[in-house]
Amino acid sequence: MSEGWQLFLESFWPIVLGGLTGTIPLALASFAIGLVIALGIALMRLSGNRVVSGIARFYVSVIRGTPLLVQLFVIFYGLPSLGLVIDPWPSAIIAFSLNVGGYGAEIIRAAILSVPKGQWEAGYTIGMSRGTTLRRVILPQAARVSVPPLSNTFISLVKDTSLASLILVTELFRVAQQIAAFSQEFMLLYLEAALIYWLFCLVLSSGQGMIEKRLDRYVAH
Amino acid sequence: MSHTDPLQPPHANGDETTELLSARGIRKSFGDNVVLQGIDFGVRRGEVVTLIGPSGSGKTTVLRSLNGLETPDAGTLEFDGGPAIDFARPVPPKQRLAMRDRSAMVFQQHNLFPHRTVLENVIEGPVRVQRVPKARAVAEAEALLERVGLAEKRDAYPHELSGGQQQRVGIVRALALKPDLLLFDEPTSALDPELVGEVLHVIKELADEGWTMVVVTHELSFARQAADEVLFMDGGVIVERGAPADIFTNPREERTRRFLDRILRPLD
Repeated sequence: MSEGWQLFLESFWPIVLGGLTGTIPLALASFAIGLVIALGIALMRLSGNRVVSGIARFYVSVIRGTPLLVQLFVIFYGLPSLGLVIDPWPSAIIAFSLNVGGYGAEIIRAAILSVPKGQWEAGYTIGMSRGTTLRRVILPQAARVSVPPLSNTFISLVKDTSLASLILVTELFRVAQQIAAFSQEFMLLYLEAALIYWLFCLVLSSGQGMIEKRLDRYVAH
Repeated sequence: MSHTDPLQPPHANGDETTELLSARGIRKSFGDNVVLQGIDFGVRRGEVVTLIGPSGSGKTTVLRSLNGLETPDAGTLEFDGGPAIDFARPVPPKQRLAMRDRSAMVFQQHNLFPHRTVLENVIEGPVRVQRVPKARAVAEAEALLERVGLAEKRDAYPHELSGGQQQRVGIVRALALKPDLLLFDEPTSALDPELVGEVLHVIKELADEGWTMVVVTHELSFARQAADEVLFMDGGVIVERGAPADIFTNPREERTRRFLDRILRPLD
C-alpha cells in the first residue's frame, strides 16, 4: 500500500469525526437559532410599521452586505477590545446564526407573500386573529415553499462553518489542516477534506428530498 | 351562537319580523375610486337577499364589509342585540371580531386550507376559535358533510376534490361556525358549468330551511327561485330593490332592464 493511500485512510476517520463533532453541531445549532431570527426579521419586514420594517431592512442589508469572515472576526477578535470576550464556539454560533437570520428572513418573507391573500381572509372569516391565521394557515403553506431555498442556505452554512477554523474551533477543516501541517501532504489532505464535505452535503441533500416529499402530500401535481 | 343542532339554522328565538342586520349609509373608496356611495339595506331573520349587478358595481364590497374583510369609510352596521358599528370612527378589534362572529363567508375561490383535510378544514374554526370540544366538533362536521353528500371525503385533501365538492366543503366550513348570517360571494362563478347545479342546490336547500343569507350572484335563475328580496346594484348604489317576481318581470329602472337584457338575451 502506498504511503499516500495509508495517510488518506488513517486521517479519514479523524476528519469525519471533526465533522460530526464540530461542523454538524455548529451548523445545526446556528441554523436552528438563525431560523428563529429569520422568522422574526421576516415578520418585522412585513409589518405595517415603518420603523419596525426599517430596522429589519437595515439588518438584512448589513448581514448580506458584509463578508461572513469579517462578521466572525468582529465578534471573536474585535469585541475583546471592548472588553467583551466570547469563546470560539459561542462566537461562531452567534456569527453564523445572525448570518442565517439575514438570508433566511428574505426567503421566509417571500414564502409568506406567496400564499394567496384568500388564505388570510379564510382565516379571518372563521374568526381567527392575525397571529393565529399566520401560525395555523399561512406558515404551514409558506414552509412548503421555503424548504428548497432554506435547504440551500443550510448546505451553504455547512460549508461556511469551515471559516470557524480561523477562530480556533475544532471542526472538519481544522482537523484536516492540523494533519496536513504535520504530514506536509497538503494536496492530499485538502482534497480529502473536500471529499468529506461533499459526502456530508450529499446526505443532507437527500434529507431535503425527504422533507419535500412529506410536505408535498397535500399539493396537487 | 347558542343553538346546538348543527343542521338547523339559528333563528331559535324565531321572530321573523326583526331585522338581523341593518346597514345604513355605507360608503367606501379605494383611493380615488368610489366603490360604494351610500348603501342602505336590512336583512330579516330567515330572509334570503341576493345582490345582483354588473362587475364593479360594488356588490362584493358590500358583502365583504358585512364580514369585516373590508372596512367602509362611513356608515353604520348593526346586528340585532349588538352595538351599532360606526365606520366613521376606527373600529375596535374586539368589535370587528364580534361582527365576524355573527356571519360566515363562502368565497368564490372556496379558499379551503390546502394543507388540511376536509374534516380539518371544517373543524378548524369551531375547535380553534370557538373552543368547541374536538369530539363534538368532529361529530357535527361529519353530520354536515353527510348532508351535502361528502361524508366519505372527510379525510381527502382539497386538491383531491372536484370544484363543486370543494365549494360544498366551503359551505360546510361556514355552516360549522353556526353563524346567524351566511354570506356567499359569487359561490358558483369559478365553477365549470356542469358543477354549478350541485352547489346551487345546496344553497337553495339551506335557504328553504330558513337560514338567513346574503348572496352575491350572477345566477339569475337562483335569485329568482330562492331570494326573498333582490337588490340590483350599479355604480356603487342600489338602483332597485324588490321581490324577484317584480324585479325580473317588471323592472322599474332603465339600468335594471338593460342589465337583465344583457344577461338573459346576450345575443340580441
